[in-house]
Amino acid sequence: MGKEMTKEQYSKMVEKASPNSPIVKNCIKAFIVGGIICTIGQIITNIAKFYGASIEEAGTYTSVILVVAASILTGLGLYSKLGKFAGAGSIVPITGFSNSVTSPAIEFKKEGMILGLGAKIFIVAGPVILYGVLTSVIVGIVYYILG
Amino acid sequence: MAKHIGKQSMRFEKNISIVSTASTVGTKEGEGPLREYFDVILQDNLLGQESWEKAESKIASDNLKLAINKANLSPQQIDYVVTGDLLNQCCGSTFGVRGLKIPFFGVFGACSTMGEAMSLCAILIDGGGAKNTVAGASSHFCSAEKQFRFPMDLGTQRTPTATWTVTGDGAAVITEGNDHPYITGITTGKIVDMGITDANNMGAAMAPAAADAIYQNLQDFNRKPDYYDYIVTGDLGYVGKELLLKLLKEKGYDISKNHMDCGIEIFDRDRQDTHSGGSGCACSAVTFAGMLYYKLRRRIINRILFVPTGALMSPTSVQQGESIAGIAHCVVIENQEVCQ
Amino acid sequence: MMDYVNAFWVGGLICVIGQILIDKTKLTSARILVFYVIAGCILGGLGIYQYVVDIGGAGATVPLLGFGFNLAKGVMKEIDESGMIGILTGGLKATAAGICAAILSAFVMALIFDPKEK
Repeated sequence: MGKEMTKEQYSKMVEKASPNSPIVKNCIKAFIVGGIICTIGQIITNIAKFYGASIEEAGTYTSVILVVAASILTGLGLYSKLGKFAGAGSIVPITGFSNSVTSPAIEFKKEGMILGLGAKIFIVAGPVILYGVLTSVIVGIVYYILG
Repeated sequence: MAKHIGKQSMRFEKNISIVSTASTVGTKEGEGPLREYFDVILQDNLLGQESWEKAESKIASDNLKLAINKANLSPQQIDYVVTGDLLNQCCGSTFGVRGLKIPFFGVFGACSTMGEAMSLCAILIDGGGAKNTVAGASSHFCSAEKQFRFPMDLGTQRTPTATWTVTGDGAAVITEGNDHPYITGITTGKIVDMGITDANNMGAAMAPAAADAIYQNLQDFNRKPDYYDYIVTGDLGYVGKELLLKLLKEKGYDISKNHMDCGIEIFDRDRQDTHSGGSGCACSAVTFAGMLYYKLRRRIINRILFVPTGALMSPTSVQQGESIAGIAHCVVIENQEVCQ
Repeated sequence: MMDYVNAFWVGGLICVIGQILIDKTKLTSARILVFYVIAGCILGGLGIYQYVVDIGGAGATVPLLGFGFNLAKGVMKEIDESGMIGILTGGLKATAAGICAAILSAFVMALIFDPKEK
């Protein structure tokens, strides 16, 4: 038996043996699906504006409609299928945020309404809200001081 | 009594017979290349239960009963049941065995559990502590995903090195008797950790442990790899297999001709989109209880080294940045009896 | 018509960046979402993201970068209107509808549906 292999040597060996993700194919799929979701968003925005909504209101309607639609698709078990195909294309839009709230809510309801559904609903989305709000407060402080 | 030989092995001196096995698998496994060898293929992976966890326990319970039944024994005649699974605190097994009223050892060896359970049953019998025992292991894709990864409905992609947890339960009734095949020896693996932290590359985390255990088995028993018809690892998958063969070659053994991996056998990678292969406690357990036992009974093969492989970790340890520790247990299974 | 084309390619491109991050760094989806919100918030605070929104429309606001952008925009607007307290109220106020809709629909869906096998 030869010399013991070091962790570094083994790590190099693993890297060689492990296939990489088909990144070009994944990117094309992400581009198309992400693009389509955003285009649907644009359609909703334009319809809202057509009916007299302000730009801000239109944006809000768009978010709400996309969020609810993604939540329903999640409940039907379709969003996970879309996610498998699209990767970041369906994670990065706000629909992915909605999926990340609805999926643990459904998965963990067996552990009860409070500690299951209630506590675990934010296992994926919680950090998004935490760090988003945190950053916005920092932006606010800087803006207040400079402004 | 068993003899401790070499560094990590035991050679048994009684005829420790595997008199029956039973395998129950989920729908996806039932569409795979090994489907003809399984006893029960589920139509519904929830089995009408309320949760994935309850379904896993029901699978374990039903399959253990089936194995005992096939051995023409009743649960009252079984001295010990030794089983394990992947769920927290071994709950899959606990609630599966609950109704059987058999003395119970719950074991955890991650996906190496079947090897650990079979080893312990053989030791119990060889030491005279038991006559009839059952070894088993279960896992469920959905309960494992829920515990170790993400909710089922979260839309994510799996990496090419990821494996697919097998849904099912494999069990073997092991008794003292004169019916082939026999467990003639074991090599208990030690934990080998080469610092892999990617929980989506379990094959890489386990390959060094498998190489270490197989090397030790060959050394302790003073055998060449071709002594065995097959050297069967548990769930290294395609990535882990490649690494295992390389590691053993560096140690002077070429097992490329007779190596087989249950994780590779159980699914059709191209048709079933399972990436690096199958995994989970049930992966090696159902492959043994199904195909391997079938071939041994009919003497299509006569000697195997069964090496279930496990990735020891918990969601907490992974989140804390701890590396994934590998383990593998060798069980020597032969048709040749030990004593007359 | 041009706004649809722009929404498509800007939104698609933002997703492609996310895909590259996932494949190259093994970041999980949770980390990607966090990264995008923080990035959007900072770019919004610096006034850079407004240009992306001007070009891409929904292509820039629908991705989570837009969520971060709205947090920053809301904070700055509240500070302009109500002073210092806006630091605390502005962010969540601007994004309240999205978060509330996500919670509400998730709860209803959890009552109706059971988890589905992949």
